[in-house]
Amino acid sequence: MLKRVHFPTSALPYLLVAPQILITLVFFIWPASQAMYQSFLIEDAFGLGTEFVWFENFEILWSDSHYLASFQRTAVFSLLVAGLSMGVALLLAGFAQRVVRGAMFYRTLLIWPYAVAPVLAGALWVFMFNPTLGIFPYFLEFAGITWNHYLNGTQAMALVILAAAWKQVAYNFLFYLAAMQSIPNSVIEAAAIDGAGPARRFWTIIFPLISPTTFFLLVINMVYAFFETFGIIHAVTQGGPGTSTTILVYKVFNDGFVGLDLGGSAAQSVVLMVLVIAMTVVQFRFVERKVAY
Amino acid sequence: MPIKSLLCASAVLAVAGSTAFAETEIQWWHAMGGTNGERVNKIAEDFNATQSDYKVVPVYKGNYTETMTAAIAAFRAKEHPQIVQVFEVGTATMMAAKGAIYPVEKLMNDAGEPFDGDAFLPAVVSYYETPEGELLSMPFNSSTPVLWYNKDALDAAGAAVPATWDEVKTASQKLVDNGMKCGVSFGWQSWVMIENFSAWHNLPTGTKENGFAGFDTELTFNNAQVAARLDDVASMGKDGLFVYGGRRGDSLPMFTNGECGMWMNSSAYYGSISSQAKFEFGQAMLPLDTNVADAPQNSIIGGATLWVLEGHDEAEYKGTAKFLTYLSSPEVQSWWHQETGYVPITTAAYELSKEQGFYDSNPGTDTAIKQLSLNTPTANSRGLRYGNFVQVRDVINEELEALWGGEKTAQDALDAAVSRGNDLLRRFERTANPS
Repeated sequence: MLKRVHFPTSALPYLLVAPQILITLVFFIWPASQAMYQSFLIEDAFGLGTEFVWFENFEILWSDSHYLASFQRTAVFSLLVAGLSMGVALLLAGFAQRVVRGAMFYRTLLIWPYAVAPVLAGALWVFMFNPTLGIFPYFLEFAGITWNHYLNGTQAMALVILAAAWKQVAYNFLFYLAAMQSIPNSVIEAAAIDGAGPARRFWTIIFPLISPTTFFLLVINMVYAFFETFGIIHAVTQGGPGTSTTILVYKVFNDGFVGLDLGGSAAQSVVLMVLVIAMTVVQFRFVERKVAY
Repeated sequence: MPIKSLLCASAVLAVAGSTAFAETEIQWWHAMGGTNGERVNKIAEDFNATQSDYKVVPVYKGNYTETMTAAIAAFRAKEHPQIVQVFEVGTATMMAAKGAIYPVEKLMNDAGEPFDGDAFLPAVVSYYETPEGELLSMPFNSSTPVLWYNKDALDAAGAAVPATWDEVKTASQKLVDNGMKCGVSFGWQSWVMIENFSAWHNLPTGTKENGFAGFDTELTFNNAQVAARLDDVASMGKDGLFVYGGRRGDSLPMFTNGECGMWMNSSAYYGSISSQAKFEFGQAMLPLDTNVADAPQNSIIGGATLWVLEGHDEAEYKGTAKFLTYLSSPEVQSWWHQETGYVPITTAAYELSKEQGFYDSNPGTDTAIKQLSLNTPTANSRGLRYGNFVQVRDVINEELEALWGGEKTAQDALDAAVSRGNDLLRRFERTANPS
């Protein structure tokens, strides 16, 4: 048993944490409980006819094969988005770290995409990959690939993953670069003197030292893929063709904000919330063990 | 996600900008962006200039869905506008909201404004009437799907403008043989290929007069005729005669770039096509499926109407009624029609456009109105009124995409769409509160 240290009781510590608790209450606990309450209702759009139905909204969800199928789709989507955006960001940060001349210029360019709103990012990719107008389908034609993401589910999925990942690269890059710059040069120089090449230096020294950042980014990126990508999907594919790009969060957005089914949408967002909490717990319990601070 | 509080917050922000004027102010939320938005502003300004008691303030609220959700959120926060533009798909949601909407016909009578329901085109106005014939919302921008064709391409391929689906196939074959990438494409597929195909051939899409006679309706568009047509289109897709290009107007560039010789979509694309197409184009009536009917019935509309919301004072409603009278006058309506490609909603506006020689100098621009007034609408061709229809259309889109992608047959896709759609209708029925 650890011996506890006792301080004389005073109001100060409570006062100091009060702002944080207040913010959590107002911006997380209150909306989350509203969503929980809403998920027990079946309501018309105007809120004129409300019926309290307990868990019926959830029962409807579990009996909907399309909803269940979108779990797997969401897993594939979020893993690929997180993996791709973090991988590319790591690579770019590694290179940017080595650049001596014009470093600011490169960094500014790489951070830029983060300032673009998801829907705008989506619109950008829609234009570039439009089967008729886009520049990429034109080039893909030479490679013998017919591009039509309006018809081909795999292509549509690839497109939204690309668009969602691209958007996040800048953010990840920023953190990776900062982490790399905080590694003392002497360590790396010592390794270089011992004859370790750039790749070896990266994998044995730099990568383990930035593992806390990687872990942090993994959590952030998973949450991003789960919660914030509906704008991109709405702009690029609207969940189609078929249901091939309807991930969980897009269905929440579409049923709630477009279809005005607030009860069903709230039930889905509760499911999503539980899922993300579970995922975060798993990450902290199991993945974090591999992290050296 | 805190949907309810988000909706409320956005509504409060939306109305925070409005200030009081000496005149009675009337808010008009609409979904007309770009040049159509400027035209809406002009209508409001012109009305404001005619008198000094009322001031109509048009506010652009984003696309149709966004405008409707904004108005509903505002209503829940009791900060709603007097007039809101709602697309035809939202009709059932609006009319089910007893206590939230002020039927336009009742408003006109209460305010003592002259109102004649017979002045409107039957195909337009019948979409928005109660079973008893009371008009619920004021028609404003209505359109209907037509067959757009690339005249130069058809001439070059030696093909005639098709009037039947067999001719569409023949013409598509000739276009493709002549080097085009595809023969035909379309957008808004639920509206064009199911809702209008059914009306055009006098087939029901659901029970209870397509939903007009009650919310306890069921979808029935999975019949053999629709399935046969869609199967045929899918097989045209396999032969490269038809190319699918997206859910809404996404396939417009395929037509205007000269990849597809024919395109079925709203008549309201007139402005876009005439500014983008570098070839001679025309509009023809929708093709007839001769296996289903000998002659076409009439097509049904899309677009939006203006709904008046409850909860404001009498003076504001008086001004609202005056504005709606102004808006539906032949001069305003024919101007709007000629500028945008939307159909004139009154017979008088149609006649005025004729007198002004608009159709002589712009041949084909009356195709939409001819289609709509081809015959007196039947229970099958009046329109449709299903709850949760925004979501039902999503379901239809998903299933049809499975068909075009070759994953399902037309019958399987339609059966699935009907069964999933019926679940949504049952859900809607529970909360709907019909007046």
